[in-house]
Amino acid sequence: MPPIKLTLNGKPWSVDADPDMPLLWAVREIAGKTGSKFGCGAAQCGACTMHVDGQPVRACSTPIGSIAGSKVTTIEGIEGKVARAVQDAWVKLDVVQCGYCQSGQIMSAVALLTDNAKPTDQDIDSAMSGNLCRCSTYVRIRAAIHEAAKALEI
Amino acid sequence: MSGTITNLSRRAVLMGLGAGTFVLAGGLGPAARAEDSPKKYGGDAMPGGVKDDPRLFVAVAADGTVTILCHRAEMGQGVRTSWAMVIADEMDADWAKVRVDQAPGDEARYGNQNTDGSRSMRHHFQALRRIGAAARQMLAQAAASQWGVPVAEVTADHHSLMHAASGRRLGYGEVAAAAAALPVPAREALVFKDPAKFRYIGRADIGLVDGFDITTGRATYGIDVRRENMLYAVVARPPVHGGKLVHYEVDEALKVPGVVKVVVLNTAPLPSGFLPKGGLAVVAENTWAALKGREKLKITWDDGPNVRYDSAAYRAELEAAARAPGQVARNQGDVDTALKAAAKRVTAEYYIPHLAQAPMEPPAAVAQVTGDACEIWGSTQAPQTTRETVAKVLSIPAVKVTVHQTLVGGGFGRKSKPDYIAEAALLSRAMDGRPVKLTFTRTDDLHHGFLHTVSVERLEGGLDAKGKPVAWLHRTVAPAINATFAPGVKHEGASELGMGAVNTPWIVPNLRVENPEAESHTRIGWFRSVSNIPHAFAVQSFVAELAAAAGRDPKDFLLDLIGPGRQINPADMADGWNYNEDPVAYAYDTGRLRGVVERAAKEAGWGKPLPKGQGRGIAAHRSFASYAAAVVQVAVDAQGKLTIPRVDIAFDCGPVINPDRVRAQLEGAVIQGVSLATLGEISFKAGQVQQDNFDSYEVTRIEAAPKDIRVHLMPAAQYDAPLGGVGEPGVPPIAPALLNAIHAATGKRIRSLPIRDQLRA
Repeated sequence: MPPIKLTLNGKPWSVDADPDMPLLWAVREIAGKTGSKFGCGAAQCGACTMHVDGQPVRACSTPIGSIAGSKVTTIEGIEGKVARAVQDAWVKLDVVQCGYCQSGQIMSAVALLTDNAKPTDQDIDSAMSGNLCRCSTYVRIRAAIHEAAKALEI
Repeated sequence: MSGTITNLSRRAVLMGLGAGTFVLAGGLGPAARAEDSPKKYGGDAMPGGVKDDPRLFVAVAADGTVTILCHRAEMGQGVRTSWAMVIADEMDADWAKVRVDQAPGDEARYGNQNTDGSRSMRHHFQALRRIGAAARQMLAQAAASQWGVPVAEVTADHHSLMHAASGRRLGYGEVAAAAAALPVPAREALVFKDPAKFRYIGRADIGLVDGFDITTGRATYGIDVRRENMLYAVVARPPVHGGKLVHYEVDEALKVPGVVKVVVLNTAPLPSGFLPKGGLAVVAENTWAALKGREKLKITWDDGPNVRYDSAAYRAELEAAARAPGQVARNQGDVDTALKAAAKRVTAEYYIPHLAQAPMEPPAAVAQVTGDACEIWGSTQAPQTTRETVAKVLSIPAVKVTVHQTLVGGGFGRKSKPDYIAEAALLSRAMDGRPVKLTFTRTDDLHHGFLHTVSVERLEGGLDAKGKPVAWLHRTVAPAINATFAPGVKHEGASELGMGAVNTPWIVPNLRVENPEAESHTRIGWFRSVSNIPHAFAVQSFVAELAAAAGRDPKDFLLDLIGPGRQINPADMADGWNYNEDPVAYAYDTGRLRGVVERAAKEAGWGKPLPKGQGRGIAAHRSFASYAAAVVQVAVDAQGKLTIPRVDIAFDCGPVINPDRVRAQLEGAVIQGVSLATLGEISFKAGQVQQDNFDSYEVTRIEAAPKDIRVHLMPAAQYDAPLGGVGEPGVPPIAPALLNAIHAATGKRIRSLPIRDQLRA
């Protein structure tokens, strides 16, 4: 089996793995980047959310062979104005509790704000509905997304 | 400020204050006999007690960096931040120069480390102040000696020492080495800071020490640990609790590329406590290969007697038990006569199913066995229990087990049980000492948990002709946590009954609480707030039902039932447990319960009219020595769709150390309460859990969470007052307040959880 070639956080990445292996396990265990989390293995919790060619995907249910040639961005590699605004808002409002789901939350929030600079509460509900938080930090997640949107206006 | 978890277990004693030998504080001498010493409470009654030797917890480097060692598990309560805030404040350290390290599991050294029971600040606030004050006084003494002046003339001033008369000043780093060589001042010699001068304690804008690492993906949880030459494993466990392997074929599993070995794990006899369930482990070069290999195993199990466990049938058993007299747990007056004479009788049965903690990080750990020693990197709430359990399964001494504590990706009680860590340890040994990472999938987590109990609570009340309550009969029936650890346990323990079943402070002349038998058929364990959940759900729903029968406002009726402010010794309510706190210092204070009820009602606008289809409900509960009351506002539309526009929660935990984290805990508790009330259910059929993942074990998502949660903290008299717990007490009042609100909005009384689609038209 030839290695699968992708871009991971801006760098070329050649993975020697079963093409069925979910992107999440390849990133965590082969590339050694553990910021993206395993929570359900079935695209039900969003803890594994990464960007593939700019779109948020559930890496636990994305076979790595299906995205050969794509640009993958994880929480470790996310950058730019929107990402910074989101991470700053998260720290400013002390959103996190245990923090385990938060890299996935942030990846979804960055994707939302990249598409929609001024999301309503309903926009937030539909964009963030796939990201579970068992500590239930939802009130602050919502506030931080509004906060980041405000910061990006300036 | 930095907050990486580096587990520099020895660094704290090498970097400054800790240099030299240390003597463990506390503990009885060998000659002391138990009957010579007064009964211990709180942290002092915990295994390992509370340590307050600054040399264990504080190191000052020559450059002035202060390293504070936290020995509690960080699982979202913000303890690493709050812990350091107290020490840093009391020692007058500059927060910008403070960093936090994480202690490994070592109870003999650090004192009790069980991070559960809402105890971290409750048990340690005063000890942390002593640690900070002692460190400050040692630094001051070192400066005084260097200057040749009396220590009384030296004052600490924000990370430096000052001699006002001569204008001289020395930084903490400059005297650290000299201070480290000094004796620790005796407890009586400690001088505490005037709380008016606190810089960090009580402030809401300190910021989390782990916030940056978490939001940038740098933080390390148990599941993230990577070791050289590490293997990855998953386990096929018996689908029925207590089941055993009978026959298995592993050839197909071994053909999966990356699978290295299949290992048999023994099943411990029931009751199995913290021990693993046994089964077949697949060890591989990566987790994906291990998972694929596990799918290829062919296993025949002997399910054992629990194969008959069926939640529907079990519910009927619990209901039958609740309808007959049971073991009396509390009795005052003559309930039977009073019920017969009552003008009105109200009876209600409440059901709440099993729940799974389902922390977002499923149980996971790395173990490496070297000879007769074992190193663990794991996400655990109980590092010492982990040491003991690993030692037991490996037959090595507990002191040979090192537990490196990582961040915990959610615990809620699940990670107080180290079964998964023991599995990792057994697998590392089976792989000749290679490090092994053991991961539970979500299905493993739901199928092989230590579940919240299931219960039927039956209440019967009598009202006189004026609507005054004259009789209260509560039968609580639920399998007990102790049944997981000891054979033949069929009754709730003192702690379970003391979580809101016996200890109701009601002004009712005739009151009886009974606990009929219930047999356990699965592993029951602690779940955030534990038995307070079913008890508060039933008791606070029933108070509203009685109020309705009496034609009274539920808030006014609740306040009358609580009665005037008074201090009740919990033992007078047949609660000899009282969260292991002193029954006098931690008396049941009905004034504080009234206080939160009145505050929540006032803030929520209780009594103000709402549009049709909306309603408010109220509930109050004391747990973990704190008092909480919630007013939930609901809207139910014509189709029966429930939304929760607003929740007000008033909270009295005594002195508040980190107000922002107290608020955060309550915000989370409100939504977790909503989640368990609306969606939470684990059920069994043929002994097996029926829920496999978050599609069938649903938890609240952002769109269903209340959007407006208002936390109202009650002011505490002073910082010397006893502290209550924070992590758990917010949960219990939420479900009943929600159900009471639904009743107010629709006239419908829901007594069986979860609500799910019971409101659908």
